[in-house]
Amino acid sequence: MADLLPEHPEFLWHNPTPKKSYDAVIVGGGGHGLATAYFLAKNHGMTNIAVLEKGWLAGGNMARNTTIIRSNYLWDESAAIYEHALKLWEILPEELDYDFLFSQRGVMNLAHTLGDVRESMRRVGANKLNGVDAEWLDPQQVKELCPILNISDTIRYPVMGATYQPRAGIAKHDHVAWAFARKCDELGVDIIQNCEVTGFLKDGNRVVGVKTSQGTIHTEKVGLCAAGHSSVLAEMAGFRLPIQSHPLQALVSELHEPVHPTVVMSNHVHVYVSQAHKGELVMGAGVDAYNGYGQRGSFHVIEHQMAAAVELFPIFARAHVLRTWGGIVDTTLDASPIVGTTPVDNMFVNCGWGTGGFKGTPAAGLTFAHTIATGSPHALNRPFALERFETGALIDEHGAAAVAH
Amino acid sequence: MLLISCPNCGSRDETEFHYGGQAHVPYPENPAALDDRQWAQFLFYRDNTKGAFAERWLHSTGCRQWFNMLRDTVTYEIQAVYPMGGGRPDRAAPAPESGTASTAPDSTTTGTAAPDVSGTGTGSASTTAPEGATE
Repeated sequence: MADLLPEHPEFLWHNPTPKKSYDAVIVGGGGHGLATAYFLAKNHGMTNIAVLEKGWLAGGNMARNTTIIRSNYLWDESAAIYEHALKLWEILPEELDYDFLFSQRGVMNLAHTLGDVRESMRRVGANKLNGVDAEWLDPQQVKELCPILNISDTIRYPVMGATYQPRAGIAKHDHVAWAFARKCDELGVDIIQNCEVTGFLKDGNRVVGVKTSQGTIHTEKVGLCAAGHSSVLAEMAGFRLPIQSHPLQALVSELHEPVHPTVVMSNHVHVYVSQAHKGELVMGAGVDAYNGYGQRGSFHVIEHQMAAAVELFPIFARAHVLRTWGGIVDTTLDASPIVGTTPVDNMFVNCGWGTGGFKGTPAAGLTFAHTIATGSPHALNRPFALERFETGALIDEHGAAAVAH
Repeated sequence: MLLISCPNCGSRDETEFHYGGQAHVPYPENPAALDDRQWAQFLFYRDNTKGAFAERWLHSTGCRQWFNMLRDTVTYEIQAVYPMGGGRPDRAAPAPESGTASTAPDSTTTGTAAPDVSGTGTGSASTTAPEGATE
C-alpha cells in the first residue's frame, strides 16, 4: 500500500493585514521566501518582518517542482551550498516539528554514453572529496536498486551505469512550505497573501519601502525571492538581472502501487522520475526553449519526456497521465543561483535557482537571511554573488552536475 | 506547441524551429573599449520582458534562415514576424517620443529600416550572426 499522508491542523498561520512598517520585507511567499523569513527570525532575532505573496502561499514553483533533493554537484561552491542544504533537510523535520515526509530513498543519475560515464565518474570523485556521499553503479547494480529500469542494450541509449547518492531523495513540497509558514507565524512573522508588489520607494539609491496592492509598506530592507518574476521586480527597482524566465513542465500519472523505489534522473534522454508517497509517478524534463511567463509550455516537450520515460521504464507504457503543469523558472547562464546584494542599497536578491531551487530551499533561506541581516554574504553564498558575471568567476554547472533537476 | 509563420516557408510547427533569444542586441561597436561591467552586460544580460518581446528564431529544419518575431511572453501570442535587421514593428514610429525610442539599442546594426546590410559604413556588421546568446 502507498503511504497515508499525515493530517494537518486547519490553521497553520494567521492572515494579518500589513503593518505600516517592518524591519525587513521578503517579496515572495514560496519555499525560499518562507525559509528566509524563518532563519531571519530564528538566527538573527528579526521578527518584525513580513513575507509578501502576490497569490497564495507556496502556489508558485514550490507547488510545481518534482521535489527532488540531492547535493551531488560537481563544483566545490555548489557542493558546499547544496550539501549544507541536504544536512538541513535531515534535521528540519524535527526542528520545524513537522513531518514533511523527507524520504532519503536515493537519487540515481544515469549514464548513457562514454562521455556520460566519464563525467559521472569524475563527479563521483569530486563529490567524495567534498564529503558528499556518492558512488558509481554498474548496470547490474542499477538494476538491483531499481528493478523496473530497462538496462538491456536494445534501446537507443542503453544504461551504461549511474551515479548514486543514497542520502538524496524527495519530500512533500507543500508540507515543507506549511512547516516553514507555521514556524514563521509562531515566531511573529507576518505572512501576507494576495499582496502584490507594484513598486519600490527609494531614497536616493536606498530602498525604503514597498508599494503593494494592499498599500505602501515602509521597510529598512527588502529581500527578493520571486524566482521567475525576479527580473520584473528588479526592473521596478531600477536594475537588471542576468536571468531568463522559461516555462518548466512536469506531470503526474494516476496512482499506482509502489513500483519505483528510488529517484532516477537521466540527462541524456532527459527525464527524471520518482514515485510520490501516494503512488503517482512524478516526471519532469527540460525547460521550453522560449522565454515565458505563462506557467505552461508546449506539448512536444511533454511528449519527448514521456518517450524517454517509456524507453527506460517499459512498465510505464500503459500508465495514464493525470495532470501536467508548468512553472516559471529563472535560469542563469551558468546554471547557478544568485544570492547576495544588488546595485540598490538595502535590497537583496535570491534568484536564478532555475530548474532546481527546491532542493536548495533551506540553504537559500539560511544564507539569504544572513545576507539580509548582516548586509554581507554568508561564506556559502559569497561565490554566488551577482558580481561573478563581471569578474568571470562563473560556477558553471551546466552539464557539469547532472543539472537537469 | 507554437504555430510559427516562417517568412519563407509559411506556418510550421514550433518543433521545426530553434530559439535564438532576444533580438536587437548589437555587437559592441568597439569591443576593445568595453570594461568588464559593459562586457558582462553584453555577454550575460538580456531583457527578460513580461509581455511583448522581440526575439530571434531560426527555421532550422526548413529554410534555415533567421528571422525576428514579436511574441507575448505571457499569452504566447505571436504578434508579428519580421526580417533580421528590421526594426521592431511595435516601435516603428522613428522619431517622435523623445528619449524612449533611442534607449533600446535597436536593430542589429543601428540601421533604421533597411533590411540587412545597412550602409552605416562600419565593418562591425556581423548583422545576422546569431551570437549564440541565451541558451
